[in-house]
Amino acid sequence: MKTFKLLTLLSSLLTSSIFADELLNVSYDPTREFYQEFNAAFAKQWKQQTGKALTVKQSHGGSGKQARSVIDGLSADVVTLALSGDIDAIAKQGNLLPADWQAKYPDHSSPYTSTIVFVVRKGNPKGIKDWGDLVQSGIKVITPNPKTSGGARWNYLAAWAYADHKFGGDQAKVKEYIRALYQNVPVLDTGARGSTTTFAQRGIGDVFLSWENEAHLIEKEFPGKTQIIIPSISILAEPPVAVVEKNAKKHGTEELAKAYLAYLYSAEAQDIAGKNFYRPRDAKALAKWSGNFPKINLVTIDKEFGGWGKAQKIHFEDGGTFDEIYKGR
Amino acid sequence: MSKRRVIPGFGLSMGFTITYLSLIILIPLAALFLKAARLSGAEWWAILTTPQVIAAAKLTFGASAAAATVSTVFGLLVTWVLVRYQFPGRKFLDAMVDLPFALPTAVAGITLTAIYAPNGWIGEYLAKWGIEAAYSPLGVFIALTFIGFPFVVRTLQPVMEDFGSEYEEAAATLGAGRWTVFWRVIFPMFIPALITGFTLAFARAIGEYGSVIFISGNLPLKTEILPLLVVGQLEQFKYEAAAVIAAAMLMASFALLFLINLLQRRLNWQNH
Repeated sequence: MKTFKLLTLLSSLLTSSIFADELLNVSYDPTREFYQEFNAAFAKQWKQQTGKALTVKQSHGGSGKQARSVIDGLSADVVTLALSGDIDAIAKQGNLLPADWQAKYPDHSSPYTSTIVFVVRKGNPKGIKDWGDLVQSGIKVITPNPKTSGGARWNYLAAWAYADHKFGGDQAKVKEYIRALYQNVPVLDTGARGSTTTFAQRGIGDVFLSWENEAHLIEKEFPGKTQIIIPSISILAEPPVAVVEKNAKKHGTEELAKAYLAYLYSAEAQDIAGKNFYRPRDAKALAKWSGNFPKINLVTIDKEFGGWGKAQKIHFEDGGTFDEIYKGR
Repeated sequence: MSKRRVIPGFGLSMGFTITYLSLIILIPLAALFLKAARLSGAEWWAILTTPQVIAAAKLTFGASAAAATVSTVFGLLVTWVLVRYQFPGRKFLDAMVDLPFALPTAVAGITLTAIYAPNGWIGEYLAKWGIEAAYSPLGVFIALTFIGFPFVVRTLQPVMEDFGSEYEEAAATLGAGRWTVFWRVIFPMFIPALITGFTLAFARAIGEYGSVIFISGNLPLKTEILPLLVVGQLEQFKYEAAAVIAAAMLMASFALLFLINLLQRRLNWQNH
């Protein structure tokens, strides 16, 4: 027993704070490039402040899958995910942080935002300008499956918001529009990155509904092949962040984790976000990178859909509107 | 001690077997059923009778059976060629059969999609004929054929290698033609191994996820497979519903495999 205790003590000494601080940030797919840069900036700042070296470990994957990993025991200190619903699940199912986590940081704990835009083939051969064009016959639309992809749910809600405004809230007409839209979808990949491959690499589809930052990455990756179209209306996606309090407490990284997330709101971090095509909250950073972010009429999920939980229930759960539009085909 | 066995070590080996099977098979499966058992019978019924689940079940079991059948027919042919003839490159071909075992299924899925997509090498020509290979039930079938193929060859090969030419010679001296020799003498000997190969390929195909989701297109009611619906439930944090679909799949597969085994016993018994 004594040796066992000694061993655990030794191993904890070896892995923890004697030599360097360590933090595990569990995030979703398209934030890879942003957090690489942000982690370096924060580590530098942390060293100046405390004199300690810091290693931030990153984990990326589909947002829902990442949340499940944390619930099942992946010991994340902080989570930076795509949907507040996913962090809600960690709070509710895993009991790892308080239910009011979203009030802990400014702007609904979302230091940066994004939205859904269109990516089309270079020169826009099909002349796609707005959501209304997507339901014309002969147009192929690429978007992932909302049952398995968080990004796909934002696409769906953005389309819904457009139709809702256009038809003045006439539910039957809105559903008809959504049904016509998904009739033009030949492939529903399981995740956003899968859809990117289908559109950009396989050359399938005329228009790809994409995260704004992912759309810019496609332009970088496949130069001269695609272009971005800004629709008249879209949805404000607020990817939230939170300290996984129980894990942080166990690791003794509470202060560090809090400082890490707070730094996301600093001028430096906001600038990095803008550079990586996330819309900064900070007005100065937003102004600096305004070339990347054309003005769009953005609706919020709270105002338009009564919050994430409600939207999930009405649209994406079994028997929701998404299931409905595929019925009786 | 009433009876001593001839071979020693029964207690130890049996104990080990049971512990091992419990750890790697029984306990995980029991956990699955426990999770699913949290829902009532009515809830099970509601989940399993949604149009999505029924459509996916038809596709999963149908495409798996079709793929396993094709693998069995062509597996027989390929094994015959590999065992019966000597030709340069035989060892190489033989090794190639195992590739679907070794390749990560996601890689297989992406590769197959690249080839069969409308702008792929083969898909391009199929598209001219109006055949949609990728993003259709046919795509699911193609992926399942790919991953099931080695099972048939590898179960049949040792049987065929042990099968000497004396039966054929005896049949020929008794006046049987080549066709009769094959159908009446050789083929019946291979049936048990073929059934085993079919069963393995079929069982593997039912649970396959990684390669299928890339080529199927995942359209609700059209090309969604059951494992995808399980993942879809998990994405909504509905662990119980996911467990129900998984448990139902497991029971259906078990029933089918059990039936096939029974059939095989009957055939074996008839042969002797």
